[in-house]
Formats: sequence, C-alpha cells, structure tokens
Amino acid sequence: MSHSVQSSSRPAVSTQTPALEVRGLGKSFPIGGLFSRQSVRALHGVDLTIGRGEIVALVGESGSGKSTLARCVARLEKPSSGEILIDGVDVLKRDRFQASRAFRSQLQMVFQDPFGSLNPAHRVEHFLRRSLAIHRKGGSSETETQQRLEELMTTVGLQADMLNSYPHELSGGQRQRVAIARALAVEPQVILADEPTSMLDVSVRIGVLNLMRKLRDEQGISMLYITHDLASARYLADRTAVMFAGELVEEGESLDLLANPAHPYTQLLVSAVPDPARAGSYDPVRRAELRQAVMASTTCAFDGDLNQTCSAEEPVRHRVGDPENRHWVRCHRYRPQAGAGGHALATEPTDKKASA
Amino acid sequence: MTVSQVSFGSHEPVLDVKNLTVKYIGDTRSTTAVDNVSFSIGTGEVFGLAGESGCGKSTIANSIMRLLKDPAKIAGGSISFGGKDVLAMSPEELRRFRWQDVAMVFQSAMNSLNPVLTIGEQIVDIFTTHAGYSRKESLRRAGELLELVRIDPARLKSYPHQLSGGMRQRAVIAMAVALKPSLLILDEPTTALDVVVQQEIMAQIKELQRELGFSVLFITHDMSLMVELSHRMAVMYGGRIVETATAQDVYANPRHPYTQALMGAFPPLTGPRVPLTGLPDGVKFRNIPDLTEVAPGHLVAPFGADAEAAVLEAAVLEAAVLEGAAR
Repeated sequence: MSHSVQSSSRPAVSTQTPALEVRGLGKSFPIGGLFSRQSVRALHGVDLTIGRGEIVALVGESGSGKSTLARCVARLEKPSSGEILIDGVDVLKRDRFQASRAFRSQLQMVFQDPFGSLNPAHRVEHFLRRSLAIHRKGGSSETETQQRLEELMTTVGLQADMLNSYPHELSGGQRQRVAIARALAVEPQVILADEPTSMLDVSVRIGVLNLMRKLRDEQGISMLYITHDLASARYLADRTAVMFAGELVEEGESLDLLANPAHPYTQLLVSAVPDPARAGSYDPVRRAELRQAVMASTTCAFDGDLNQTCSAEEPVRHRVGDPENRHWVRCHRYRPQAGAGGHALATEPTDKKASA
Repeated sequence: MTVSQVSFGSHEPVLDVKNLTVKYIGDTRSTTAVDNVSFSIGTGEVFGLAGESGCGKSTIANSIMRLLKDPAKIAGGSISFGGKDVLAMSPEELRRFRWQDVAMVFQSAMNSLNPVLTIGEQIVDIFTTHAGYSRKESLRRAGELLELVRIDPARLKSYPHQLSGGMRQRAVIAMAVALKPSLLILDEPTTALDVVVQQEIMAQIKELQRELGFSVLFITHDMSLMVELSHRMAVMYGGRIVETATAQDVYANPRHPYTQALMGAFPPLTGPRVPLTGLPDGVKFRNIPDLTEVAPGHLVAPFGADAEAAVLEAAVLEAAVLEGAAR
C-alpha cells in the first residue's frame, strides 16, 4: 500500500540483518539513600528493530523513558538487562565495559541542544576535523581532509566558508546542522537523534527534518528519531513506536498508527495534538475514559479473538489491521509490575492520584 | 458564540496599543525590537500574537505590564487600558494596575514560583497585598482558587517542587486570575509542557475564560495551538506585524509569505504526507511596510515581489532536493 509519493519511492527496506536491534532492554535507577534498595524502573523489556535505511520515531511524554533508551543504546548509560545488536552483533558482549571506537563509528548521536553540544571555544572546522581524525576517516592527505570537510558542509546545507565560524556566529538551525555533520563525519550506520528540533525556531525545524530524510534517502543511514511531537514523527518516520512508562505500547507504520491508534495511551496522545482542522474537539469525558483505560484497563479490544490471546501478565502484542503496516498494540489488559517509572499521567485533573 | 460576537462589536476595547515602538539602546548601536505596532483587544476576546523567538512578542507583553528594564525603552506610541494611559501611570497606580487589571502568566512556571514558600503562602500573599483581605479569608479564597483549576486544596501546603510541571503551571494560572483581572497575558504558557498536559491547560484556560469573561493576550510560536484558541490573531516578524485577521482567516487563507512559511512549519496530522519547506535559512524580510486591508478585517503588510520570489525559489529548490533524493 503506498501512502504517498515519498513512502512509495523510498529505497526498499532490506530484509537482511537489521541495522539496530534492541532486545528486552531494561534499566533501573536506584532511588533513595545509599543503603536504599528501592529502584525506579525506567525501561522494561523494550524490543525495537530498525531496518537498514529506515527511520523509526520513538514518541511519548517526558519521563516515559525515551531518552533513557537512547542513552542506553548509545552506551552513555549501562543497561540493567537486555541486548543491543548492531549488524547482528551484540555490542554489550563485544565491548563489555565501555563503548569501543568501532561502536562509536557505527552509531552516532545528535542531541537536543545545539547550544550546549558544541564547544563555544572552537571553530566549526575543529568539530568535524576531530571526528575525522579520531575515526581515521579524513583520508591520507590534508587535501583529502579539506575536501571531505567541504563535502560534509555541503551535505548538511551549509556554506563551506562557515568552517571558520564559531558556534555563537551561527543560528540554532545552522548549529544543529553542524552537529549532524559531526555525526556524519564518522560515516555511521545509525544516528540517534534525541529531540533534534525542539530547541530550534519553528520555521527552521522542517528544514532539519528534511535534511534527515535526505541523509536517509541518499546515504541509507538508519535513524532513531526521538520526539514528543507526533506530527513531526508522522512527517519524518517510516515507523513510529509509542512508549509509556518505560515500555513500548504500540508500534506501526507512522501513517497507519496515527490514523488508527489502538492503545488508549496513543489515542490520548493523538487527541492532545493541537490541530486547527478539528478545533474545539476537546471532550473531557472521553479523555477521562482514556486515562482510566491507560491506567487500569479491564477490557481489551482484542478479547475474544481466537488467534490472539489476551493476558494481564504477559505483554502480548496484538496485530492491528493489515500485516503490511507492521502495526501492533500491547494487550490493554497488561499490568506492569510495581516500580515502573514514568509519571506521565501523574497530573490527574482531579489530583486524587498524585496526592495518594 | 457570544464571546466572538463581542469582540467584533463596537464595544470599547479593553486594551488599545497604538504605534508602539520599543528600542533596546546600546552604547554603540540600538535595536528596534518593536516597530510601530498597533492592535486592540475587545472584551472577552482571545487575541493571539504569533512569531518566532526574537520577533518582539514578549517585549510587547512586558511593555503592557510596564516591566521593561534598561536598556529597553518605549520610544513612541501609546498603550491604553480601559481608557487609562498605561505609560503615564504613577508607581502607586501601576501597583494596582498589575494583577488587579492585568495579570501575566510567564513561560516557565518553575521560575515564577518562589521555591521556599508554599503555594498557599504565595496565593495568600496576593490577597493580603492587593485586596486587603484577612489571612483567614485569604486562605479560604486560596483553597477555592485551587479548586477552580482542579487542584486538591490540600496542596496549599505543598512547595512548588512537590508539584508536577502541569500542576505548577495550573497553580500559576490560578494565581493570575485570583483578583479577576480583565486581561490575562499568557506568554508561551505551555512551551515547556507535554502535549497531553498542554491540551488540559489550554482547555482549562478556555473554561476559566468562559466563566470569568476576561480577555486574553496569547503569545506563542505554535500556530496550530493559536488557531485553535484565539478569535483574532496577529503574526509578527522582526518587530513588525505582518498580518492580522481572525484566526480562521489566517488558517484558511494566509497571505503573507512569512505567515505561509510559519503555517508550513507544522506538519498536519491527517492526509497524505506532503513535503513541507518552512522558512528557508537566510530569507529575510526588511523594511516591512504598514498594513493594508485586503479583505474585511484581514490586514496584511504589502510584501515586495522579490521577498515572495525568494521564499518561493527557496521552496522550489528544497522540493527539488527532496525529490532528487527520493528518486
């Protein structure tokens, strides 16, 4: 099924080994004092696959564990359990104690804040040159390095003479492009972009998203795009995964997922996005029902389906609609065990839950 | 809806800003942050001011509250509130004007609450200072206020850090409407919040507005949110208003290339996926002329053909890049 010109003409996603695969990833943070045994479960049993040349968006509210997942995958944080496979190789086993340079050249990150992620004391050239030097991608001669630098700048849509600029001389959008160029210098297979546009001026956000799409189309780089902006996830990503309280609750082709959200949490998120086309559609009663369904659903839409068993203990994945859309939803009846993080819905309008 | 009828009637506007010019004066050069801006807000009307960071929208809000500090200077124009000249008020008049007539909700509720006082103490403070109620009476009213924004009155004893971001923002809104002001200024009230919480806060503001009937000056860069909430809106660029009309007109029929770019910056949630371009880097509008009326109630600053061409050209260029990549 082709949704649009863009999705139908993108390079076919390879059926071979996925670029990045996460299996059963978990992460707990200890809370309380030195001798406290309590911990908060930021991630639990996350399975996520990103094919080659595929952009997957991870959406959810603050505190849902999106960034923890990115930090674990980037190995800035040590996961408590699970496997991270790049090209089919478990990188946690391969380099056990810290990320190796080989790993870093496979996977790069682009951070949220381009104002904080570029050292103000250095020129743009320094950031790119260092990436090239450390990962030995600069070629054998100075001329080749110089050529590569200019090439990188052109790729991200910047003038080559901006290599001599300091970060403060650039706009937010330009800085984020430099951060992307720095990630590209390493020639990675996967880029993790953690809210790359949320600090940028609205009018230049689309430009950065378009750049990311272009990189995918031209260089086949896979991306994990982490955001809380559903509209931009729909615009950029092939597939979207929804995270709630440290676990994935729904995943599928972006257009299909946002058109037919199956999990109450996804429905809650979708209905909260301001959309002038359906202004005034806010229905507090319906929303209260959705909240209730997210926190303590007793029924599941798939209950009674012989092919798909429901379970309150196991996070069963029900298939939604056409298999082509790779759309699944976690059984509504599933109750995570105590200790789950994510107080995404703690601000109950009635405030009963929060004070309890 | 009565609210929108009132706003277009011949009623005396609550707030009337005329030819406001604000400059930031430096030692060597000065910048004009707000340049000859005029608009008015009717009784019970929600007026939106859209634009990017640095376009001068917060400077306007601060001028109305007379909160500007050096080096900012109001270089010209007038602000009148209910017929009174705001710029000529004495410090004592200003003290009464702020909060009682006009209240403001700032972007970050975190920073506008005092971390070492409980929420209750801070609300009581408003009543004892501005309305002269007794402590006991103030405390009772503070509890009512929290109920108004659906927070458990037991939370009066909480410190700001014990509340979630959404609850803090709701508490700040409750404080802003404590003295039933006739104008509420919302300066990016939900920027730091999640979509679900944002939706709830905006619904809350709408409800309060219907109940208490105040006017709202709503400042944001999120066009979708603004179109949903406002009756009338203005789009600012570089200290100038480039387009003003009813929110529905701006949404359905944006005329100025900048407005179009701003609308294009928000991908839709339905329909096919079409490439958008936003505002290309480097396109600048300069010497924006005064507004002219293109349709009843729809005013647009004339734009040179070259500005339009520049935006168009950049858009075509970007579309070509996208298409080339997709091929």
